[in-house]
Amino acid sequence: MTSPVIISAKPPAGAAKFASRFDRFQVGLLVVAALLTCAALAYGGFLLTVMQLAMIYAIFCIGLNFFMGYTGQASFGQNAFACVGGYGSAILTVQYGWEPLPALLASMAVSGFFALIIGYPTLRLRGHYLAMATFSLGLITYDISIQWTSVTQGYMGYAGIPPMGIGNWTVESERWKLVTLAVLVAFGFWLSLRMRDSRFGRGLRAISGSENGAAALGVRVPRFKLIAFVIAALYASAAGSLFAYTIGFISPEVYGPAMSIMTFTMLFVGGVGTIVGPIIGAVVTSLLQEVVRGSGHYQDVAYAIVLLVTLIYAPKGISALGALFRRKKEEA
Amino acid sequence: MSADTTHLIAVKDLAASYGHIEALRPTSLHVAPGEFVTILGPNGAGKTTLLRAITRLIPSKGQITFNGKDVSGLKTHDLAELGIIMVMEGRGLFGEMSVRENLQLGAYKLSGSPADMNRRLDKVFTLFPRLKERIDQMSSSMSGGEQQMLAVGRALMAEPKLLILDEPSLGLAPRVATEILSTLGALNKEGLGILLVEQKAPLALKLAQRVYILSSGSVRAELPTHEIKSHHDLARYYFS
Repeated sequence: MTSPVIISAKPPAGAAKFASRFDRFQVGLLVVAALLTCAALAYGGFLLTVMQLAMIYAIFCIGLNFFMGYTGQASFGQNAFACVGGYGSAILTVQYGWEPLPALLASMAVSGFFALIIGYPTLRLRGHYLAMATFSLGLITYDISIQWTSVTQGYMGYAGIPPMGIGNWTVESERWKLVTLAVLVAFGFWLSLRMRDSRFGRGLRAISGSENGAAALGVRVPRFKLIAFVIAALYASAAGSLFAYTIGFISPEVYGPAMSIMTFTMLFVGGVGTIVGPIIGAVVTSLLQEVVRGSGHYQDVAYAIVLLVTLIYAPKGISALGALFRRKKEEA
Repeated sequence: MSADTTHLIAVKDLAASYGHIEALRPTSLHVAPGEFVTILGPNGAGKTTLLRAITRLIPSKGQITFNGKDVSGLKTHDLAELGIIMVMEGRGLFGEMSVRENLQLGAYKLSGSPADMNRRLDKVFTLFPRLKERIDQMSSSMSGGEQQMLAVGRALMAEPKLLILDEPSLGLAPRVATEILSTLGALNKEGLGILLVEQKAPLALKLAQRVYILSSGSVRAELPTHEIKSHHDLARYYFS
């Protein structure tokens, strides 16, 4: 096998560093996602709503990728933090008249605090046990959102949630909502990229490779896992709040276990642990749901078949297909 | 206990179990500053368990002092911060990361300028020039020998005071194994303390100053390397 010979040990910087993170296939996928967003803006209609939801889930998945992708831990309970974000924002804006942005930030702070308190004992577990514990967390939160009617209004949920905005400026138009969400996705993506490439991010990825190996190099494994869990919770909380502001209505079903399963699917379809995977997975899966909806009673079967085929033939997700094709070509 | 400064690391009555199985019976050993110590023993003797117990990768009982300080209660990452760095069996590389990223992780606990990082990288590249050629390659795509060089190079990036290695020649061609072990010998001559578990005994014994023979989870013998030849049964076993 021939290997590339690199003359300099100096890492690439600036634009070259940014470009070096993506292959052409991934850039192509991002361009397609951007074109779909433009098409939704141009034609409006149902595609606009689908892309709005895709952007919200993309934010959720970018955070989830920190915990499940970079750190290699399993969590099926991040919907709990989206629930805190969504209900926090709804209650603060509708009942207490807060502005959307402070309500979003306050909800994120509460979610982060809960993640810290819950994560400290829970993250001692590993593998399937951690997955089950986090899944239980999501179920408990779902149940609370139904039963605690004095606060959550139970199945009735919250209606009349104001749209996003700062001060007198509010994002009323559906098109501008999509633009705002796209900008927030870009910001969340950029932030995650910075964290991933930092010393902290390298520590997380080392944990994913080998917890013992990382510890032997001085990485504080329990602390780093907890921080990754909190980061994922913050992203999930923001996504939960943005859902409330975009749709204007929330109910327990929105943040139920189905949300965890869907975001998990999105992450694996896009490419868990890849940089662009969360965005691509969110867009593809959101569109896929609408495509298979046409198959009537068989929509769940059609959805599951498409997912199975993706996972079997692209185990590292769609965004890793470019690398997979290159490897096959080299082997041929 | 009085501070023991004659030993870089001293282990006293260290014991470890896997469930009910006592894999390591109370064991004591030490490494002096700048000393090269080898642990030999058959498969299942408890060599890897001993190293993992020293570096607290598994729970253990007993006392460990490092540079005269009791470090028994510390965790693995704390020991790494003190300068006890282990190259694990199977290399423990992060396969989805490049050579550069693996090496950067080696220097994880060290604060320093980019110039410091480059100085450390240069030192590793001097010892293992092939790593420089592979710097942006995924570590999982390298050959076994190159991966072992990277594992040792990554450990050296931490500027260890004590380097612990668990069978670094495992699965390597004899020429590559010799190259890596010779590099360890050169590092020891510069003053680096080394504790090595190794199957390729003849070469390891050429480099080491002292040897511990481990069997059934406890130390059976401790002797200077040059004396091993006078023990006919040991010499036949390890040199034949």
